[in-house]
Formats: sequence, structure tokens, C-alpha cells
Amino acid sequence: MTALIELSGARAKLGGREVLSGVDMRLERGEIVTIVGPNGAGKSTLMRVIIGAVPLQGGRLTRAPGLRIGYVPQKLQIDPTLPLSVRRFLSLPVRVSDAAAAEALDHAGGAGLEDRQMADLSGGQFQRVLLARALLNRPDLLILDEATQGLDQPGSARFYRLIENLRQELGCAVLMVSHELHVVMAASDRVLCLNGHVCCEGTPEHVASAPEYRALFGSGTQGALALYRHQHDHEHGAGCDHDHDHAHHHHHEGETNA
Amino acid sequence: MLDDFLVRAALAGLGVGLAAAPLGCLVVWRRMAYFGDATAHAAILGVALSLAFDMSIFTGVLVVALSMALLVSTLSGRGYAMDTLLGVMAHSAIAFGLVAVSFVSGVRIDLMAYLFGDILAVGKSDLVVIWGGAALVLGLLCWRWQALLTATLNPDLARASGIDPERERLVLTLALALVVAVAIKVVGTLLIAAMLLIPAAAARPFARTPEAMALIAAVFGAVSALGGLQASLWFDTPTGPSVVCLAALIFLAASLVDVLRRAAQGGRQAK
Repeated sequence: MTALIELSGARAKLGGREVLSGVDMRLERGEIVTIVGPNGAGKSTLMRVIIGAVPLQGGRLTRAPGLRIGYVPQKLQIDPTLPLSVRRFLSLPVRVSDAAAAEALDHAGGAGLEDRQMADLSGGQFQRVLLARALLNRPDLLILDEATQGLDQPGSARFYRLIENLRQELGCAVLMVSHELHVVMAASDRVLCLNGHVCCEGTPEHVASAPEYRALFGSGTQGALALYRHQHDHEHGAGCDHDHDHAHHHHHEGETNA
Repeated sequence: MLDDFLVRAALAGLGVGLAAAPLGCLVVWRRMAYFGDATAHAAILGVALSLAFDMSIFTGVLVVALSMALLVSTLSGRGYAMDTLLGVMAHSAIAFGLVAVSFVSGVRIDLMAYLFGDILAVGKSDLVVIWGGAALVLGLLCWRWQALLTATLNPDLARASGIDPERERLVLTLALALVVAVAIKVVGTLLIAAMLLIPAAAARPFARTPEAMALIAAVFGAVSALGGLQASLWFDTPTGPSVVCLAALIFLAASLVDVLRRAAQGGRQAK
């Protein structure tokens, strides 16, 4: 089976600065992959490369033929002068039937929101509507760029459970970026740690214990990481050693199937 | 019927009002108000060039307005904030335009007509140009509407759906230049932006979808054009400015209605 997305040696610039310097990644059908990385690591740029908004300076991007992408942007500012009901928003850019709109909203957990104005929605409702719009395209790949920004922790946990359910129902692959490591990592099949290039990748457990990951997320996320491990590894008191040699000895797990 | 100058004036105003208002909605949503201004002000330079090279005013204005819009698009995001850049371009264009006109002998008298419009002097061939241009603009907007709206919401959202936001901006730029070129005779370069913005702004409180706003704006634009013409006859005032004054009064009334409605809603909710 061919990969949905394959990047090899991808390089991209943002405002003159090279933020992606040789990214290799592969995304298979139906898998949930999360990209983590520090600020400025190029996470959003990588998403924008994949949707075609940022041109590559070098390397190669291969998409499966006829790939349909559902994109949920990091933020969507709707100008207050633009009147836009949820129903109308769902018909952009392709007009859809009322039934299809209702079904997508239902899938995304936002049933009955059709007649509300986008500007009047709460943060959680807004994200669900964005997700519903992305689903209307019947995507093979759902891309979520920090989709839970502005949601509280229970809210984002619910959102990620929803994503997992959607993957099961619709069979689409999911590629997401997030800062909420412990929540997201629990919902992922695979995690890529990005810092200009892929530092390490593998199962959430593997990445969480990789020295490259620790070097990037060392002190700030101890609590979250410990919580994550507590819930999923039953391994207490984790992550106390500070490993700051972020050398480029790449640590790939399960690369043989790539 | 077309032999009556008042009928011709009314038709000209109607054409401009109908085409400018929906386009104005997009300009408002995309926060391009000054972009419209700069394009319109460049038109006076177009007038000067048309007179100097003996072309039709429509062609000269269209070419200059389009070049101006493209120049601003290209220069934006290269060091200057957009509003600074537009301020520089808009006022330079009008200054250069006025200087250029002074080189062309024998047109000093006509200048006011291009700055403020001369709707009562619209001839049959002008009407063809105005309605042809208006139809072209409306057709262009209808054709690209979904893509324009998506790109207006968010460029990345458009990209992910296979829409090129740059191309949509070009469509909008072209439509703007067309409206400027057809509206110069009706309201003049100084007030074209008003016909774009004011009806759209007045329509906002009454609309729940983008299409409704465009439609209401078109109605307000048409009412302003016809009512302004009538008012200018009653009060013996300059026609172009009268049209814009009426649009401004409609905006004021719309805002008042909106404030009262919100107050009433607030009162109900408080009980």
C-alpha cells in the first residue's frame, strides 16, 4: 500500500529563515500521528507544506493520487463585518446538502449548531464546527494544527477522544500538532519529535523516553510527562535525568517498515 | 427614453451602485478599504494619461487602476505596513495625476468632473460602458464567489481545498479596477471608495449570511444612487456627493436601528 504522504529531505523557509532542514516522514492510511516540538520547530510550517501553502526549497513531497485533505487550521479569525452562519460556513468551498451538513456536525459533536453565527460560538463549539467542515470533504487525511488551542484540559481531552472515534468510524489518517503532550500522545499511534528535522519518532512511549525528546522538553514538561507515564506506563518517577546532549544520533524506532 | 439625461443619469447610478456594493462587501471583509481608495485615487492619473495619449478615459483609468492595484499587491509585505504603503501610494497617485493633468492643455476646466463625477453628462456610450463593466464585475464575482469567500476566511483553508488565494486576490483586484473605471463618471475618483464601503457597512447589521449582506448592500447602493440623484435635483446640489451623502445617512439609520435592537434584546435578556 502506498503512503498518503511522503516527505524526503524536505526543506522550507519562513520569512527567509530555514525552518525545515531536511524532514523525512511518511504517513500511512488510517494512522494517527502527532508532531511535537518546541516553539519555532517548524510544526505549523510542516503542516502548511503538506497542504501546499508553503513551497519546498528542496527535497520531495509525494501525495497519494487523489488524496483528499480535511484541514483544521490553528486559528480562524472571522472578521466581525462578515456575517456567517455555521450552515453557510459548512458550504465553503463546496456547497453541501442540509443532510450532509447535519451529519458532519453530528460526527464532530456539534449537532444542532447550524443556525448559530460563527462569531457567537464558544471555543469548543468553534473547533467542532471547523472539524465538521473538514469532514465534509470525506478526507483520507485529517490535519489538525493545534486544534485545541483555547480549550481547557477536559475540553481538549474530549476533543482528542472524538478524533480517535472519528478515525475508527471514517478510517481517515490523522496528522496533528500539539503542545499538550500527555493528552495527545496517549491518542497517537506514532509521535514525531520535530526540531527543524525529525529528531526522533516512534510509539509515544518510545519517544517519551528518547534522549532527543528529553533534551528538547527536559525540565518544562516533567509534570505532564510524569502524568502521562503514570497513566499509560505505570512507571513512576519518570524523567528525572536531564540529558542535554542533543547530538544528531537519530533514534528511529520501527524504521524498517518505512 | 434614453434621450432624457435624467434617465441616463439614473441608469448610470443604478449600474454603479449595483456592482460596487457586493464588491464592497468583499473589500470590507478583507479589510481592504484603503486598497479601494488607493486604486480609485490612481484613476486621476489614468485620466491624465488618457487625455495626453488621446485614448478613451475608460481604458486609461482601467490600465492605471489595475497597475496601481498590482503594484500595491506586490509591494505589500516587503518592509512597510500595508496602511503606510497605501497612504503613500494613494496620495502620490492623486498628486502625480493632478500634476500630469496640468501638462495637458485645455482640460483644466474638466478636472472637477473627474474628481467628483458628472453623472448628468452621461451619454449613451457611457451607459454601455457602465452597464457592460457592471455586468462583468457581477459575473466575475458570481463565478468566483465560493472561492473568494473561502480565501477571505483563511488562505490556508483555501489552499487545503485546492484554491489558490493569490489568484482570488487577483480576481478581486481586477474587479476593483473595473468598478473604478466605470464609476469615475458617476461619483468621481474621490468618492468611489464611498460607494464600495458605505452600502456594505450599512448592510452588515441586517445580514446573517454573506450573500444576504451583498444583496442588501446592492439594494442600499441602488437606493443611494437613485435617491441621491433625486435629492440633487430638489436641493440643487452636486449629484455625486449627494449620492454619497444619502448612502451615509442610510448607514447612520442602519447603525441606529442596530443599536436600538441590541438594547431591546439586552433588556429582554435582563428580565
